Amino acid sequence: MAALGPPARTLRGLLRELRYMNAGTGRPYRDTAAYRYLVQAFRAHRVTSEKLCRAQHELHFQAATYLCLLRSVREHVALHQEFHGKGERSVEEAAGLVGLKLPHQPGGKGWEP
Amino acid sequence: MPSGAMWRSCLCLRHGWRRLLNRPPGGPWASVGMRASIPIPFRAYAPPAERKRFYQNVTITQGEGGFEINLDHRKLKTPQAKLFTVPSEALAIAVATEWDSQQDTIKFYTMHLTTLCNTSLDNPTQRNKDQLIRAAVKFLDTDTICYRVEEPETLVELQKNEWDPILEWAEKRYGVEIGSSTSIMGPSIPTRTREVLVSHLASYNMWALQGIEFVVTQLKSVMLTLGLMDLHLTVEQAVLLSRLEEEYQIQKWGHVEWAHDYELRELRARTAAGVLFIHLCSESTTVKHKLLQE
Repeated sequence: MAALGPPARTLRGLLRELRYMNAGTGRPYRDTAAYRYLVQAFRAHRVTSEKLCRAQHELHFQAATYLCLLRSVREHVALHQEFHGKGERSVEEAAGLVGLKLPHQPGGKGWEP
Repeated sequence: MPSGAMWRSCLCLRHGWRRLLNRPPGGPWASVGMRASIPIPFRAYAPPAERKRFYQNVTITQGEGGFEINLDHRKLKTPQAKLFTVPSEALAIAVATEWDSQQDTIKFYTMHLTTLCNTSLDNPTQRNKDQLIRAAVKFLDTDTICYRVEEPETLVELQKNEWDPILEWAEKRYGVEIGSSTSIMGPSIPTRTREVLVSHLASYNMWALQGIEFVVTQLKSVMLTLGLMDLHLTVEQAVLLSRLEEEYQIQKWGHVEWAHDYELRELRARTAAGVLFIHLCSESTTVKHKLLQE
């Protein structure tokens, strides 16, 4: 069976991810449907005290998978923003890379409309 | 000032360039049709603008076919304009969370669960169950875990230590022979193994099979996917095993954040979405859920 660690850690990670996700919006993360569902599901499965309960293990596995999904998407977007999200440089910026400046011609260039 | 400008965007040095290029007007370059050229618009190659977030609230309602997603008061539809319905409440909540987590612009490339649901609802490649199963099992011939290198020694060792246990587990669990190979033709899979796996996959419904085929394509391995379906591996473990050689090279030569980390996160996200999709769509979990609610 996959080594998942304690369920409390998975739940804490999930709540943290939900918190990060809702930090941008004004809404508290406790209002989201995802939070309610997760808390209810974890609470319901805590009732069985058997350690080898298969349904419990399945739920924990799904929760860990969802945590991996949320975490990876967040990190992927962050990496994308940092490395691939900037688009192309403007002509001024490109010139500035090598210490050049674009000419400033008050009358406009002859071939421009 | 160079009047007969040769270049469309003329870069001048800050000092002294004008003295050097003292061309008379109408010089040798005037006859060249540069004046007729179209001025480049600012940021000519900027990527197309992304769709802005046009909704405030995302809610879930239960309809006849299953659970539906509402963006404000509009019902979500698939790319082929079918109504978006999912059989599982947990899946609907996860999809709604994906839509709700978009800020400013909608990044469709991060919404893997929505994409999987759309694929299952629309079936754009129009494959039936047999074709999906065959597509997945076809990967067995070049399964990552079975396809071994011969050198360097340390990589051979690593592959043996990490991948052999998975093969042993699969062989025991399904009662089949798989084996690994270093030949360029790949492992030779016995027909019986293929049949056993095909009949095992046939026990899953269409939606789960879309997910299975997706995960197999991402990890390039049927064995690893089976491990994930049977809760034998976590997503992080399976992704690591799929990228074993790459991780080995990264450890040896160093890692490039904007490539390696980026691809790792993307592969993890897609695989996690696929695995979650498979589990939430498999009938067995919904049956168990009903039992627990009694």
